[in-house]
This record gives sequence, structure tokens and C-alpha cells, in this order.
Amino acid sequence: MKKILFLFLLLPFLQVPAQTPDAAALLQKVRARLDQVNDYQATGIMKTNVSFLKVPEATVAVYFKRPDKLKIRNDKGISLVPKGAVTVSLNNLLKGAYTTLDAGTDMLAGHKVKVIKLLPQDDNADLVLSTLYIDETRLLIVKARTTTRENGTYEVEMTYGKYIAYALPDKVVFTFNTKDYKLPKGITFDYDDGSKKTQPVAGASKGKVELDYSSYIINKGVPDSVFQ
Amino acid sequence: MSPVIQVTHLTKHFRDHQAVNDLSFTVQPADVYGFLGQNGAGKSTTIRMLLTLITPTAGEIEVFGMNLRTHRQEILRKVGAVIERPDLYKYLTAYENLSLFARMSGIKPAKSLLMQQLELVGLAERAHSPVNTFSQGMKQRLGIATALIHDPDLVILDEPTNGLDPQGIADIRNLILHLSSHRKKTLLVSSHLLSEMELIATRMLIIDKGRKVAEGAVSTLFDPAGTIVELDTVDPDFTGAVLARSEWQPFLQERQAGKFLLKMDRNRIPDLTRDLVQGGVQVLALRPRHSLEDYFLSLTTANQHVDAFTN
Amino acid sequence: MWTLLQIELFKIFRRPRTYIPFAAIAAMVLIIQLGLKFDGKSYLELMMSSLSDSFYIPYGMIMNGYLVAFVILNTLLIQVPLLVALVAGDVVAGEANMGTLRLLVIRPVSRTKLMLVKYGASVIYTVLLLVWMAVLALFLSMLLFGTNDMLIARNTVMEEIRRNDVLWRYIAAFGYATVALSTVAALAFLLSVFAENSIGPIVSTISIVIVLTILSEMRIPLYDNTIKPWLFTSHMLAWKGFFYSQSDGKGAALPGTVENLPAILRSLGVLLAYIAAFVTTAIWTFSKKDILS
Repeated sequence: MKKILFLFLLLPFLQVPAQTPDAAALLQKVRARLDQVNDYQATGIMKTNVSFLKVPEATVAVYFKRPDKLKIRNDKGISLVPKGAVTVSLNNLLKGAYTTLDAGTDMLAGHKVKVIKLLPQDDNADLVLSTLYIDETRLLIVKARTTTRENGTYEVEMTYGKYIAYALPDKVVFTFNTKDYKLPKGITFDYDDGSKKTQPVAGASKGKVELDYSSYIINKGVPDSVFQ
Repeated sequence: MSPVIQVTHLTKHFRDHQAVNDLSFTVQPADVYGFLGQNGAGKSTTIRMLLTLITPTAGEIEVFGMNLRTHRQEILRKVGAVIERPDLYKYLTAYENLSLFARMSGIKPAKSLLMQQLELVGLAERAHSPVNTFSQGMKQRLGIATALIHDPDLVILDEPTNGLDPQGIADIRNLILHLSSHRKKTLLVSSHLLSEMELIATRMLIIDKGRKVAEGAVSTLFDPAGTIVELDTVDPDFTGAVLARSEWQPFLQERQAGKFLLKMDRNRIPDLTRDLVQGGVQVLALRPRHSLEDYFLSLTTANQHVDAFTN
Repeated sequence: MWTLLQIELFKIFRRPRTYIPFAAIAAMVLIIQLGLKFDGKSYLELMMSSLSDSFYIPYGMIMNGYLVAFVILNTLLIQVPLLVALVAGDVVAGEANMGTLRLLVIRPVSRTKLMLVKYGASVIYTVLLLVWMAVLALFLSMLLFGTNDMLIARNTVMEEIRRNDVLWRYIAAFGYATVALSTVAALAFLLSVFAENSIGPIVSTISIVIVLTILSEMRIPLYDNTIKPWLFTSHMLAWKGFFYSQSDGKGAALPGTVENLPAILRSLGVLLAYIAAFVTTAIWTFSKKDILS
């Protein structure tokens, strides 16, 4: 019932009928590229840009193991990893059964991209709708926007470089919704230095996390213990 | 020889009363200078001004020939004092108290010196006991030790025998005499115990209501020409009438409970006796009073308080 | 001067009541450490309540020695000034009460020097209290809870400081706290000059600090721009400013930086001015005072 409603809502935006073979075929090719990688261990710099977080850049380790294990770890300190970053990894997005919809094309940073929408067929899945922006020439997903039941809408943008052969990005920018943050002054006893502070706008919080990967170790095996 | 203390027109006015009023006096080297006055006469205030605890409203103080205002530290190096009841650090021992005050006076006392001082005041055996276990007399003696530790030239003792038993009073008296005769100190001692002052003082100052009433050597204060003679008769009214008609009227000081006090030359007592008998007065007793107490009472307003008790 | 200072410190530290604040601090610190050791997660869950939906929170790593020390310092804000007042309020009034003040003043030492030494001894006492607190609150916490990056929950922002960027901030914070507490000591010292009994200055200092702290923390527009900037209590919390880093404009904290150092230095200036005013007034008053005790 939900799916029908969704399709109905999407109708004005669709230029081709549902489950277009071109879109599915494109997705298959993209998936095949992604399937080259069974596991990887990457090192990167994580930059957090959230209105109520002021954290320094952190060197993190990212572990992946097929089909859907992903872990971002800071072994040298504390990093606040957004929950959605794991949920909406590309491998997760393409996991399971879904209905593919061709949503035409779009321009992204001056390049033409193919827009494909995915509707998971599992009614209980957390993912509700994903929109993928695919570079057809290079068979790479350059952007994904995902709506989840629990945590709202996320956006992931990928930039490729050194590891393009494995369809592994050099840089990932992850944008997500956040709750308002405020602790009573009677608890924090902040130092008031007299400067004017911009009060965060209630209900409009969006956070951004950037991961700049410096290196990948691909398909060399990753123990399950790192995902604990 | 220049005086040790020279006080000129010293005045202290507190918010609600005048404590010292135009007081001038001199203390000579080697004096045991008695400072007498009843409670509230201004003795302690004067002593506190000598020790820079209180600022005078007017007047000048010179000690060892130096102005106290401009040479304070130099003077205080040579002065030791016990002011009223000497309160020391109760949680410290006698030895620690003495050491502390010695160092504050600018000396680095060796252990032997400290023990010697404690020996002098009879506290050597209790050197390492906390002061809060001491009797009043022991605290008094320790106070004197702290006043003497830096070997001052001038020692000021304000009520040094307060709260002491007769033996304690005698000990202090002997100590004062020792300091004066053997150690050649100049002492200024204030006391209520007039009988004691009589025994130790060489010179004396008597003040009343902040003013000097008398000053001088003890011997000259009891001028035979100014002896107080007490006359006790059978009929005081008749005696009063006889005296009023006689040459003795000007010598009459006062009448106290039926007795008459005359201030006169003691050598003329026989003349007085003859005149009274010839006048028909029946004399019960005729006594010359020459003690310091009587002299003091005669000069100060203390006798008013005595009357209030006896009448 | 050094001899006089030694004597003053000797008197302070031979007195049993001097050690009460040290015991009190030890008790408070240990109570907080025990509480956090056994139930620190509840504390963190409160702190992180608005983040836990969006982020994975490594509670075990966050509850480390640096955070625990910060929590302790935060909690002891009100208490330690009172403990300082206990000693500083007694240095002159206590002597007057004991009857020993007159014995000091008749020594060949200027009243100014006497007062400077007494205040100096109060400051040294304050420093020793803070060192004691540093050892227990910081170093013992580091031992019990380990070290890691430090998270600080501010009113509208959560700050993170890398572990190798923390210690110097604590040193600066303790240094600043010394000045802040010396201001309280100076106030107690001044009030001590007017009294013959130390209870008055101690209670008065505590009352003044509490009332002014409330005024400093309240948000009343009438006071915000008029009185508040000039209250010394408004500047006593500036030690926290050493834990606020600058941002690179994109939300990332810049290690090794202080968000608003000029503000902290201004606050420091205000406190030093108060100290100078209190101590100068105390010395001037005492030099003119008739010692009747």
C-alpha cells in the first residue's frame, strides 16, 4: 500500500515507467564495480561540522567487510560518529531487494549524472527511499540521498581519485539532520566572556562530516573483532 | 643625661571620650617609673601610644631622643613590653612562642638563649608544653620573657601582676628589681597594686581622668610638709567647731565618717594636739598617714567611690 | 620579609583548623570520583542526551581522568572560596581575638610589611590548597580513570580537546584559579581588619561571594550591562575559558588555541585590580587603626 502511494506521488517526476531495464542494468554495473572490494581498511581525516559540536579533526580508521559491516573508529581518541554514516554506506543502500526507478538526469558540479531512485521492497527496512546520482561514464555513485524511518534524511557525496579503480572514494561528505542541543546554564556554569553568541536556530540543525581518505588497504582481510 | 622617654602634651580623644589630656612626663635612664591611676584613668591608653598601638590626637613622644613617629622601628628594637594580660599563641609551646617573637624582633636566637630566658622566668621545665596548659601566672612570666628576649633597653610593663597570687606578685617584683639593678634596664611599670609600687618604683606618675596629677621621686611625693593626719575624736561636731575657729582650719582636707583629715607638716602634730586639748576636744587618736595609697586617694577621685561604699 | 613570611606560615600550619579545608577537599573529590566511577554513565547520558540519537557515543572513553577533573573543579566552584575565607578571614581578626595582635604590632616591623606578609601567607595557603586539589582532582583522576580526549558540555556547544592538548590548559586554569581565589582571600583579609573576631569576616566573605555569584549568574537585563561586568564573581569562572578552543570557521576546533584569550586576560585584570584595591585598603586601614585588643 505504501509502495503504491509512493509510486503515485513520484508519478509526476518519472519520465520512464517503473523498473526500467536501463536503470537496473546501470545499477548492476555499478554494483559489480563495488563488488570488487570484499574488505578494506582505510585511514582518513574526519572533519565534523555540526553547529553545536566543536571538535578537532581526527584521524580515523574505517573498516569494511562484505556484505554490510562498516565501522569508523578513532583508536587514539574520541570521535562522535554519526549513526547514519554507517547505515547509509553504499553497500547498505544496494543491499537486498529493491525497486529501481529511472528519474532521469541531473547536473552535479558541472557533470551530467543519472538519477536513479531505489525503493526497498522490505516494508520493515529502515531505509525508505534512496536517490542515487550516478556518473554513467565512470560507473560511480557520486551522490546519494536517503530517507530513513528512524533518523530522517541523509546525503552522501563522493569524490574519487586515487582508488577509482575500486570505486572507493577519496573524499566523502556526509550531511545529516540533528536534534537541537542545549544544556541549562545552571548545569554547565559556562564562562561568559561578554561576546555576543549566535543562538542556534531551533529545529534547523544539520550536520556535516567530511572524511578525507589518505590510504586504503583493500582485500587483505579484516578480522570481525574490529566491528565489535 | 637625656631622658629615655619624653612625653609632651600628649592627648588622645576617642569618639565618645577624652582618654588622655595634655599629659607630659619624663622617664630617666635607670628609672623604675611607676605609672599609677585608677581604672579608666588613661594608663593603658598612654602605654599603647608609647608602643605605637594607638595614634595620639596631639602631642609628641620621644624615646631615646628620637621622635617615635619618624623612628618607630629603630626605637621598638630597643623596647620590650607586656601589655595587660599577655595573650600568646595557645596552640604553640612556650619555646615556640619565644622563638617566634624573638625572630620578629630581629634576632636569630640560639636554642641556649631561648632556654636561658625561660630559665630566668622559671619556665625552663615547661618549655615544650603548649601555652594553653599554662596558668595565668605562667603566661604572665612567658609574656615577660618575650618582652626581654631581644635584650631591650626600655621595658614597659602594663599591669604585670594582674591575676597573680602573692608568690607570683613577689616573683615579678624581684624580677623588676633584678632588671633594674643588675641589668640596668629602664622600666616603666603601671600597676594598681600601690603597695607593690611603693616597694619598687623610684619615680612615679599619677594620672586621673587622663591628666597628670603628680609626678616625681617617691620620696619627694611624701613631703613631710604635706603629711595627711587623721584625727579621731569623741565629739566630731564639737571638734569641727573648734577647728573652724582655729589656725588649723586651712589644713582641714575633709571629714570622713566622723574623722578629720588634715594635710600639714608632721612636725607640728604636737602643736595640734596641744590646741585641741586646750580647746576641750577629747582626742581618741591622731595618726599621720604617709602611705602611697593615702596619697593616691587624696589626689584622685577614688575617695569619692570609697565614700559611696562607707556611707 | 622572608623571616616574617616563614613565621606567618608556621603559625598557620601549626593550627589544627588549617587542615580542615584540605580534608574537606579530599572528601569532596573522593566522593565525586567514587560516584563517577560507579555511575558515571548516568551523568554522561544526561550530558549527551541530545546527541545520542544522532551519534555513536563512546561512553567508556569519554569518562576519563580529564573529564572527571573538570567535573570536580566545576563542583568545587562554590566550596573552595569558602575554605579560603576560613583562613584569610582569620589572619588579622583571629590575632585580635587571641590578643596576640598587639604583641605583633609592637615589634620593630612596619604595619605595612606585617599586612603584606599576612596576605602573602594567605595566598601561599591558597596555592597549596589548589596544588592539593590538582593532585587529587587531576592526577588521581588520571590514575583512576585513565586519559583520553576531553569532552566539555557547554550551554550551546559540546567541545572536544585532544588529550595531548589538555594538560597545559589545566595548568593555565589552575594558575587563573589561584588569582580568582586570591581575590576572595583579599576580600576576607580586608574584612578581617575591621573585626576583632574571625567569625564576622568569614561569614561576611561567604555571604558576599554567594550573593554576588547569584547576581553574576542571573540573567536580568538591568544588571547585565551595568553591574555584572564589574563584579569579581563574574570573572572567577574565566579559568574555564582555557578549555574553549577557537574554531576554523567550519566548525572544527583548532588544537592549541583559546577561544577568547583577550577576554580571559581582561577578567584576570579585573581580578588583579580587585586584589590591589582590597589589599591596599586593608593596609591603609590597618596602618591608621588604633589597636585596642
